[in-house]
Amino acid sequence: MSLRTRAAGASPLMYVTLTFVVLLSAAPLYFMLVMASRANSDILGIPPPLLPGDQLVSNVDRVFANADVQFAEALLNTLIVASVATLAVVVTSALAGFAFAKLKFRGRNVLLVVVVATMMVPVQLGLIPLYMLMTKLGLAGGLASVTLPFLVSGFGVFFMRQYAAQAIPDELIEAARVDGASTLRIFWSIVFPALRPAAAVLGLLTFMERWNDFLWPYIALDFDHPTVQVALSRLSGGYYTDQALVMAGTLMGTLPLVLVFILFGRQIVGGIMEGGLKS
Amino acid sequence: MARTRLARQQGAGLAFVSPYFLVFAVFGLFPLVYTAWVSMHEWTLLAGKVEFVGLANYRELMADSAFWRALVNTFGIFVLATVPQLILATVLAQLLNTRLRSRTFWRMGVLLPNVASVAAVGIIFGMIFARDFGIANWLLEQIGLDRVDWRAHRWSSWIAIAVMVDWRWTGYNALILLAALQSVPKELYEAARIDGASSWRQFWSITVPMLRPTLIFVTIVATIGGIQLFTEPLLFNTGANAISGGNRSQFQTVAMYLVQQAFTGQRFGYASTIAWVLFLIIAVVAAINLLLLRRIRSAD
Repeated sequence: MSLRTRAAGASPLMYVTLTFVVLLSAAPLYFMLVMASRANSDILGIPPPLLPGDQLVSNVDRVFANADVQFAEALLNTLIVASVATLAVVVTSALAGFAFAKLKFRGRNVLLVVVVATMMVPVQLGLIPLYMLMTKLGLAGGLASVTLPFLVSGFGVFFMRQYAAQAIPDELIEAARVDGASTLRIFWSIVFPALRPAAAVLGLLTFMERWNDFLWPYIALDFDHPTVQVALSRLSGGYYTDQALVMAGTLMGTLPLVLVFILFGRQIVGGIMEGGLKS
Repeated sequence: MARTRLARQQGAGLAFVSPYFLVFAVFGLFPLVYTAWVSMHEWTLLAGKVEFVGLANYRELMADSAFWRALVNTFGIFVLATVPQLILATVLAQLLNTRLRSRTFWRMGVLLPNVASVAAVGIIFGMIFARDFGIANWLLEQIGLDRVDWRAHRWSSWIAIAVMVDWRWTGYNALILLAALQSVPKELYEAARIDGASSWRQFWSITVPMLRPTLIFVTIVATIGGIQLFTEPLLFNTGANAISGGNRSQFQTVAMYLVQQAFTGQRFGYASTIAWVLFLIIAVVAAINLLLLRRIRSAD
């Protein structure tokens, strides 16, 4: 009996502590739900309301009806930007990751070191020339300006390289070569399908990151092309006395990712742990 | 035959990695490098005026008290956020490294804050730390303490912003540290247990030393992010002038000051100077971290 307890490892105190931590993690999100489902008069009450109310639908309606924020367009814009970037990152990372792991070419090792180095470069600080560049290209203000810089990811390339190195046997590629398949053909019909588990995790991480991006969209996008995060900053900046409205908007902007997280939490956790270990 | 195959690999290899390097060069590296060039100009957005001024912007920046204030704010918030965060993340990783029932549930639980965007975090905590009806002040009153006007003072606004950063990132870092912990050989703990070492002793003598490289990696990432802190303090403030970080700029960070100079003040050259100095600061701090890493490795 005592042997089994020792093997189980975790004591009741650990479960209590972890429960407390998880409650702390969830509390601000729960608080958001409470505020989003209340009338403003409740929110300003003391003590503050601790249980959800029945105003959620009307608050959400007010968010979508607000012409200054264009929340529905913002959701659609974010979906477009995040999807395009995710697709591009997955494909370009798989291509490069495969090449770094399995193809022999001059400069391969040096270039891989460069990729790892670029992961540490705070490119965000180049935002002023980037803004000038987008203006020159005639893209400033539109969705292309917040999509183009994020079509590739150094982390993605490295992540896919590590997976490709252990997931794809050399014999598989050799066999296809003997059959006369081109390298591109090998990539699409053999390599990419084999990389699918890693591609899915990279896709999830990228989608979440793009959905939540703030600084560059906040600067680059014009009034008519907000993303969700930019719309939220407008809501909270302009309507700070209407707390219920702001919270309902925040809830709507967060909910899609919470759903993704509930569905794919295991893969996301795995991706973060692998990514951290490899770096 | 073998030669053509190798030649084909050479071409395909370069072709397959080129999309990454092309996009990164155009939209990542070029803007960052060009920032240095812009910083040597009086570059006004609206007037379209561009005039080479050499290092004049740098001299102005060194004498700019608003910049120094923003730098102190940035580092103050960074230290207040990072030190407790790394300690908590290490302890949490250790907790998660025991044999838990429904392990995925606990891991997802600590990662949950990370799905909220930084903007959402700024807005939600902005209300938690509201002066009159915020839940933070209500809790303080319940335990017999005075309410705090969180935005009004330097120290209290820094604490509030540090809490936001820690809430979003502690669990995330705990998972990265957990991954490192799991690569520690179990036999080390076995042996220590047989020798009668307490779990506290095991933590200090096995866990912390084995975690050091990962801890330094996490610190570097936290540093790069922390020095560029922008969204949380921006959305902690309300009203049209949120970019100034409070009525006395008591929580304006350097990144906020940069954006204010560039897009409110229309001074692209001066803002680029701020960006480049910030880049140098990040490079120096990262280099110090790397030196530390090397020293620890050679000590092994």
